[in-house]
Amino acid sequence: MSTTSIPDDLLLRERFTEIRPPLSPQAAVIEANRCLNCFDAPCTAACPTHIDVPGFIKRISTGNLRGSALRILDANILGSSCAKACPVEVLCEGACVMHRYNTEPIQIGRLQRYAMDSFQATGEELLTAPRGSRNVQVACIGGGPASLACAAELCRHGAHAIIIERNELPGGLNTYGVAEYKLRTSDSLREAEMIRRMGVEFRTGAAIETAEALEELESEFDFLFLGVGLGAMQRMNIPGEDQKGVLNALEFIASYKTGRLKELSGTVVVVGAGNTAIDAANAARRLGAETVYLLYRRGEREMTAFDFEYEHAKHEGVQFLWRRQPYRIRTSERGRLLLDTVQVNEVDRLLQPVDGSEQVIECDYVIPAIGQSPFAQLVQELRRIELRNGVIVVDPETGQTDNPRYFAGGDCANGGKEVVDAVADGKRAARAILKIAEAAYA
Amino acid sequence: MPDIRVHQFAGKIDGPNPFWLASGPVSNKGEQIMRAFDAGWGGAVWKTIGDPATNTSPRYSSVDWNGHRMMGLSSIERISDRPIEENLRELAEVKRYYPYHPIIASLMAESVRESWHEIAQRAEDAGADGLELNFSGSQAGSLSQDPERTEMITAWVKEKARIPVLVKLSPNATNIRVVAAAARRGGADGLSAINTVNSIPRIDLDTLVPEPNVGGAGTYGGFAGPAVKPIALNIVQQIMSDPASALPLSGIGGISTWRDAVEFMLLGCTTVQVCTAAMHYGYRVVEDMAEGLENWMRTKGFATLEDLRGLSLQRVTGWEGLNRDYKVVAHINEQKCIGCGLCQISCWDGANQCIHSDRVSGPVNGRIELHDGPPTVEFRSRTSIATTPVTRQERAAAASNHGPYPTPLAKIPRVDETECTGCNLCALVCPVDECITMVPVGQNARPEHRGQSSLASEIAAEPQRS
Ligand SMILES: Cc1cc2nc3c(=O)[nH]c(=O)nc-3n(C[C@H](O)[C@H](O)[C@H](O)COP(=O)(O)OP(=O)(O)OC[C@H]3O[C@@H](n4cnc5c(N)ncnc54)[C@H](O)[C@@H]3O)c2cc1C
Ligand SMILES: Cc1cc2nc3c(=O)[nH]c(=O)nc-3n(C[C@H](O)[C@H](O)[C@H](O)COP(=O)(O)O)c2cc1C
Ligand code: SF4
Ligand code: SF4
Ligand code: SF4
Repeated sequence: MSTTSIPDDLLLRERFTEIRPPLSPQAAVIEANRCLNCFDAPCTAACPTHIDVPGFIKRISTGNLRGSALRILDANILGSSCAKACPVEVLCEGACVMHRYNTEPIQIGRLQRYAMDSFQATGEELLTAPRGSRNVQVACIGGGPASLACAAELCRHGAHAIIIERNELPGGLNTYGVAEYKLRTSDSLREAEMIRRMGVEFRTGAAIETAEALEELESEFDFLFLGVGLGAMQRMNIPGEDQKGVLNALEFIASYKTGRLKELSGTVVVVGAGNTAIDAANAARRLGAETVYLLYRRGEREMTAFDFEYEHAKHEGVQFLWRRQPYRIRTSERGRLLLDTVQVNEVDRLLQPVDGSEQVIECDYVIPAIGQSPFAQLVQELRRIELRNGVIVVDPETGQTDNPRYFAGGDCANGGKEVVDAVADGKRAARAILKIAEAAYA
Repeated sequence: MPDIRVHQFAGKIDGPNPFWLASGPVSNKGEQIMRAFDAGWGGAVWKTIGDPATNTSPRYSSVDWNGHRMMGLSSIERISDRPIEENLRELAEVKRYYPYHPIIASLMAESVRESWHEIAQRAEDAGADGLELNFSGSQAGSLSQDPERTEMITAWVKEKARIPVLVKLSPNATNIRVVAAAARRGGADGLSAINTVNSIPRIDLDTLVPEPNVGGAGTYGGFAGPAVKPIALNIVQQIMSDPASALPLSGIGGISTWRDAVEFMLLGCTTVQVCTAAMHYGYRVVEDMAEGLENWMRTKGFATLEDLRGLSLQRVTGWEGLNRDYKVVAHINEQKCIGCGLCQISCWDGANQCIHSDRVSGPVNGRIELHDGPPTVEFRSRTSIATTPVTRQERAAAASNHGPYPTPLAKIPRVDETECTGCNLCALVCPVDECITMVPVGQNARPEHRGQSSLASEIAAEPQRS
């Protein structure tokens, strides 16, 4: 059984209470009724998967919840996790006309979740075209949102799709990466299970890393979809980085989400100021760390995290140290970590250390979160496919690479965006594959 | 301070203000009516008195709209379920404490002269300031539509009564003027309109039973509340514009605010009655009604209720009387538009296909073939590639890509004035106040603007249209 869920950890649930809790039925209807039902709605245009937002909201207000959920799933098979994980402030809700109506935007994400929760509660399965009714076989490498969306879309139209995932559990960063107070690992697995029941075949615990493995797939399948995401976290490349207490941000997040790490205490320093750094810092707080610093080499205005993520972190009690850079990690006599840092100023886009501004931060953990490296191992094997800065080059309309049998989408092709972007990429690629297949058999 | 007192309505009735409780559950008992007077009501029509009725439970049903409760209320309640003596004893008691607040006894009896004589006499003896003959509730059946019997019973009551007699009219009559004229011929001193509208308000989709569901079945109800106001205003106008039916009139039907009340007065009502709004929110609704009326009169320069009564009657004409050369076209205020697109879709699907999203691509005037219809517009958006602006630069670019107005230029629709019929649907659907205005064009163009305090004099000065 490839998509079995892991048991819910009650302590984890308690610590990571949801930041976007579900709406009650009446609150959902009241909120749904607030929506103006815009024509050519800007929220729909802003959603990378172009969910018919007024359409699904209208259906909530009339009590047609099944129709609402199907409307969502039609555009976005991961409608449930997107409802929870999407940075709606810069997507659909950011585009809502209500901002200019001098009122709060419609809570699209929470309404979407409401519809999806009620659909999942019915246990209904999604209808697909008869398997094999489209004579096309696709292997999706990587089991994250991009591949899930691609495979599901193919399967819905009767094509055969398999997912090959290196990890034991499918879902990619939905399972191992997105903050638990947004999206629970168990929710991600439930979604993967829905897709498995649609007829997508999962091969987990199986990495495709060699040219031979690729060639084998090429002989077995008509098309290959690459949804391998980004590579490992980048290293800071400073002395002392490899000692105990220095945690890789992604591994740290994955281990608390899967219950391997249950508690943290003392002082934690997270290095970086992107969304992953914020997630790691918030998680450290919620796991019990008394003091959490977020250390960033630039200033508040340059940080790459979304504004609402920054606000959220301040709310969680994370403290920010701006314009400071670590240059060495040592161990104190009492076994704690000593992080040597220095103040830096930006001169002509170059960071210059300020003399005499050295400071030692005594802490228990250091979590570097300065970005994922673009190079996944597999990508290095793709000698016949054009890469730019480690990102797979695709036709944005179709996801096709310069090798016409290879498609790609999600983080490995867009350089690292959000779950919903990966879903949109996967869906577009699936549709393009179906179109090519149709033309070939017509 | 404008004077909102009522003088000599229907010949004899005075009161502190024109807001009366309509006959119904809000005016069922003496204790209630005293509290209502304390809250500010200017009079009350007692819950219809007659041989005590029995009632069902439940007895009401609501028509909700877009999450708002009781747009309309349907009721299968009958007349008072309490003995006549008890009602009249309490009426006498309230009159003792509130001598200056008019109390109208609403009456219902068998169609027998003696029965009407008797109940009219007893109500008058109890101290009622007027009588309201209820021929019109759902319980009154065909009587509400029968001019002969209306005239006859009114005449019977007039044989006895020395206080004013009002006849309450039903909106269910085929021709309200005929029934009103009959009441007038019978000697009525005034009219009340309207009673409730026949209704089946809703059917429960789980039980398949109409509501209210009384143990597995429903029945016809009487509909009231905001939803019936337009029906009531039409009937009020019908009655007041015909010399054969016009009488002092107490307006009823969907009045929830002072604005509604003013509209009834502008069509000729002297007093207004309220049932559903008081059932929904309690007697306190009268506070804003009285204040709002006074403040409106002050800004418009009206000193008394008589100054404004009936002023809109002269503005109603048959369709043939309208000026067909008068032409307006829709105009969108770009500063106010929020880009919801509702004007565009309503114009395309419900009007004249002349609102387009072509500000960026360049305006094109002319017939439908020249433009992208709604399916094309939506298809374009749904096949566009949108991505999450993850970097600061992407976010800044998205925010600055706006054009001169708060809404991105591409999202502000444009009216093709050469094709606009001026139907004004778009102005009605636009959610933003005064964003779409209908602007007069051509030789009939004249400034629509009205000065704040000159309304009264302007209306008075305006020649009546023939
Ligand atoms: C810490 C963190 C928090 C995030 N939070 C959010 C959030 O709140 N909201 C949001 O919308 N987005 C968030 N994102 C971004 C989001 O998770 C990604 O954009 C999205 O998961 C990309 O999907 P993907 O399918 O392209 O890649 P991934 O989710 O990375 O999935 C790729 C999968 O491919 C597998 N794989 C890789 N190589 C191979 C191989 N050779 N053989 C077999 N399998 C392989 C990997 O094991 C992985 O499971 C976050 C990202 C991170 C790192
Ligand atoms: C529950 C209920 C009971 C009513 N009972 C009576 C009644 O006994 N006698 C009567 O003349 N009108 C009765 N009416 C009609 C009201 O007096 C009034 O004409 C009608 O409700 C319209 O006014 P509204 O929209 O303010 O409610 C009743 C209305 C309702 C809603
Ligand atoms: S998928 Fe995400 S961006 Fe799209 S409508 Fe739903 S919550 Fe908004
Ligand atoms: S923009 Fe806002 S109001 Fe308009 S349809 Fe979308 S959610 Fe509703
Ligand atoms: S209805 Fe009003 S707010 Fe909406 S697009 Fe049209 S003009 Fe703008």
